[in-house]
Amino acid sequence: MKLLSYLRSLAAKLFHREQVADDVDQELRAHIQLRADDLERSGMDRAEAERQAHIEFGGQQRFKEECHEALGGNFLETVINDLRYAVRVLRKSPGFTFAGVFTLALAIGANAVVFSVMNAFLLHPFNLPHSDRLYAVWRPDVRDAHESYPDYLDLRDRNRSFEDLAAFNATEAGMNTGKEPFDAWLMEGSGNYFDALGVQPYLGRLFHASDEHGPNSAPYVVLTYSCWHSRFHDDPGVVGRTIQLNKHPFTIIGVTQPGFHGTLVFFNVDAFVPIVNHSAFGQDDANARKDRWVFMVLGRLKEGVTTAQATADLSAIGSYLEKTYPKDDGQMRFTVARPGLYGDYLGGPVTAFLTALMLLSGLILLAACANLGSLFASRAADRSREVALRLALGSTRTRILRGLFTEAVLISLMGGVVGLLGSVVLLRALSAWQPMPRFPVQMPVNPDAYVYAVALLLSLVSGLLFGAVPVRQVLRTSPYEVVKLGGAARNGPRITARDLLLVVQIAICAVLVTASLVAVRGLARSLHNDFGFDPQDRIVVDTDLTMSGYSADQVPAMQKRMIDAVAAIPGVESVGLGDGIPLGESHPDSNVFHDDTTDLIAANVVADVNRFDVTPEFLHAEGTTLLAGRGFTWHDDQHSPFVAIVNQEFARRVFGSETKALGGYYKMPDGKRIQVVGIVEDGKYNSLTESPKTAMFLPILQRPSSSTWLIVHSERDPQQLGAAIRTTLHNLDAALPISIRTRYHVMDFAFFGPRMATISLGVLGLMGAMLAIIGIFGMAAYSVSKRLKELGIRIALGAKREEVLQAALGRAFRLLAFGSVAGLLLGILASRVLALIVYQATPRDPLVLGGAVLAMLLLGLIATWIPAQRALRLDPLILLREE
Amino acid sequence: MPDQAQILPGTLDLLILKAVSLGPLHGYGVLLRIGQISGQTLLIEQGALYPALFRLVRQGLLKANWGTSDNNRRAKFYELTAAGRKRLRLETEGWNRLVGAVASALAAQPEEV
Repeated sequence: MKLLSYLRSLAAKLFHREQVADDVDQELRAHIQLRADDLERSGMDRAEAERQAHIEFGGQQRFKEECHEALGGNFLETVINDLRYAVRVLRKSPGFTFAGVFTLALAIGANAVVFSVMNAFLLHPFNLPHSDRLYAVWRPDVRDAHESYPDYLDLRDRNRSFEDLAAFNATEAGMNTGKEPFDAWLMEGSGNYFDALGVQPYLGRLFHASDEHGPNSAPYVVLTYSCWHSRFHDDPGVVGRTIQLNKHPFTIIGVTQPGFHGTLVFFNVDAFVPIVNHSAFGQDDANARKDRWVFMVLGRLKEGVTTAQATADLSAIGSYLEKTYPKDDGQMRFTVARPGLYGDYLGGPVTAFLTALMLLSGLILLAACANLGSLFASRAADRSREVALRLALGSTRTRILRGLFTEAVLISLMGGVVGLLGSVVLLRALSAWQPMPRFPVQMPVNPDAYVYAVALLLSLVSGLLFGAVPVRQVLRTSPYEVVKLGGAARNGPRITARDLLLVVQIAICAVLVTASLVAVRGLARSLHNDFGFDPQDRIVVDTDLTMSGYSADQVPAMQKRMIDAVAAIPGVESVGLGDGIPLGESHPDSNVFHDDTTDLIAANVVADVNRFDVTPEFLHAEGTTLLAGRGFTWHDDQHSPFVAIVNQEFARRVFGSETKALGGYYKMPDGKRIQVVGIVEDGKYNSLTESPKTAMFLPILQRPSSSTWLIVHSERDPQQLGAAIRTTLHNLDAALPISIRTRYHVMDFAFFGPRMATISLGVLGLMGAMLAIIGIFGMAAYSVSKRLKELGIRIALGAKREEVLQAALGRAFRLLAFGSVAGLLLGILASRVLALIVYQATPRDPLVLGGAVLAMLLLGLIATWIPAQRALRLDPLILLREE
Repeated sequence: MPDQAQILPGTLDLLILKAVSLGPLHGYGVLLRIGQISGQTLLIEQGALYPALFRLVRQGLLKANWGTSDNNRRAKFYELTAAGRKRLRLETEGWNRLVGAVASALAAQPEEV
């Protein structure tokens, strides 16, 4: 109970200061009155008795103060005193304060940003009840979550691990609200989607399982809050209105809570529609087991069910499906995965990347602390006279140390606040940023309470950390020695721990500089890499004809008209059309079988091949080299034999060699035999770092698709040409929503990861450099100011400039050289990891090494410039007079 | 007041606990009670009593409540808590041991050594 009563009295003292003071007053007064009463009774008159009682009591004020102290809470008072003193000291040295606050603001800001991203993506991705139990059904063998609709129903009804299993599919649709039609991204959800996740409506209602009565039975749409806000201007009357999605009428029934954008972290959809109405958005067959078009199946695990139990449960369903539907469900292995980042498909690299970033920013914070620690130590040394004086006057060492710590924590807290403010600005910008305009990709990384707490904690810890550096120094101070000898003459074993700190810091900086240079070089090189096509002088036009209401049999004719119209624009060399393009945002893929395979089940698949359905001009327009055989003609249509052009990897994987492939046959999953008539070079299809992948090009007339991508090869200015193409296509069909970009722009999608890595590393490298500069600067300035007298004497004796510099800064430069070499070596080692994200990132590159060395030299020059100037401009006369 | 003695440092708390253990008292009452039970020999500086009282309250050994004195003055009354009672017992034992030891030390005769 002791603690409790202590806290109570502390609280009383803090919050009811007046009352407590009053209480003490009253009690003392009561004492004097009671004493006076006694004295009065013994015969004194009242006035005399009271006077006597006052005298007997003694110094009231003193006892009152003692009472206050006895009440506790004086700890707080000393803290306030310390704070006041610290503020005064820091105000007197604004340069030091600024350096400290700035350094920490950088370091803590960096940590807050990285942690905030980590928090948003990995730690707390969804603001849903019990989101820690939210899992998707994952297929580890194909690293995919796609299921067919019938398989989903089986999973939903047969599992015993999930509270409920929902399914969703992401799709793009033309939304017409009566005004300007636009491309909206939708999530088609199963009827139980919202209920399984625990999502609440903001307005109106959400759809439920009871709304589903077979195909196309629920033409309802639920808007997200942000779509409602931006497209419907917060109009509460939208509920009940009918809008058109791909020209089908849908009734708005509600709006979701703000912040809910579906169950993919990066992906912000505009609205939700019931998946039973899928025929409005795609031709996928909801009854076919092999048509795996449902994007993801997910739900909340029942309380107490482990992921291992869930995996076992799902596997049992998998083997049931394999047995029952051997033709369609070849291999059904299941496990569970986090839904937000699409299992480990995105989750793996994102986790690895963020962990690495977190480590790096942690290192930066450590460097900052090391830095400030040495600045603090040198300041403590500068102040050794003051410390000695205070000790001599009777101050305790604890009290002095507490003062130093108060200064440190004050600086770190200010730094933390500034850093946090900066990071909030940055994170706001990051949250609003749309890196891929074609997709509703956003990073909702606004900081929350966790982030603030972590930033605060980090500042406190770092304050205590670097505040602890000069402790030993103060404990060792002997007032007698210092006062007798004067501050400057102390020449003990010279600060080796501090040197070590600086070396570590320079090394860290060099690691970051090297790593970011490696990343930049890798990125620059991969821009001019061999992609298997030529992105130079190409413009890409994409649209989907279904969205503007073309029926399947109208599509080929319209596509032909588009090609002819664009090809007729002056300056256009060739125009190709495909249903997707390599390194674009999406294209189909297909399993293929050997020609002699009769049983077309999953187990017999030879390869999952990137598929492009293209026009005869496509390969030429792309700049893809045909190595052997022939290209397509417009006669390769549905009335002629099925043919394909494959890449070298396909030829090797399916046929064994390129010569065997040419003229050979293989089978598609629908059983059609296809003859290889041409072979093209290998290329990159999905990502820059992928190992060689199989690809096949098929004549689009044999497999018409409404997804339309035009590759326009022309040396004209892309801006002008783009405008010309837009006018031309507008004349064909004014309602056609088209997007026109350069070929490089389309590849942004593939460059996104490496770019992000490079930018982050660059930023971290810059910060590391700034920290190292401050560190070296602190050390150099300190060593110059400590040796002013010696330097003055040297100059007076006629030392040359180099000799003065050597004496003043030689140590700083030696440390710099040592740290840089260590850091460079480490950086080269670290680059191996980087090569996984950034294509062709290699440290064995003279430019990288030279750049890193140059950067470190420059850094040393900047950091020592001012101290060097100070050393050189020394006027021995003034100096000697002063001392 | 004849033959008054300054109390030993550290014994004030013990005396206060003892005085209060005999019944709830206000500050002045504690002073009177100590005088009474020590045969008017122990002198306590009046003001010094209060910091000690506050300290004991903070340590949870005493609890205080405002009340009315015999002659109708508002005063704060102190009472022993359970922790205070235990502390009093321990300190009393300690004190007795100390006194016994010091007394036997002082009573030592040359021939006993």
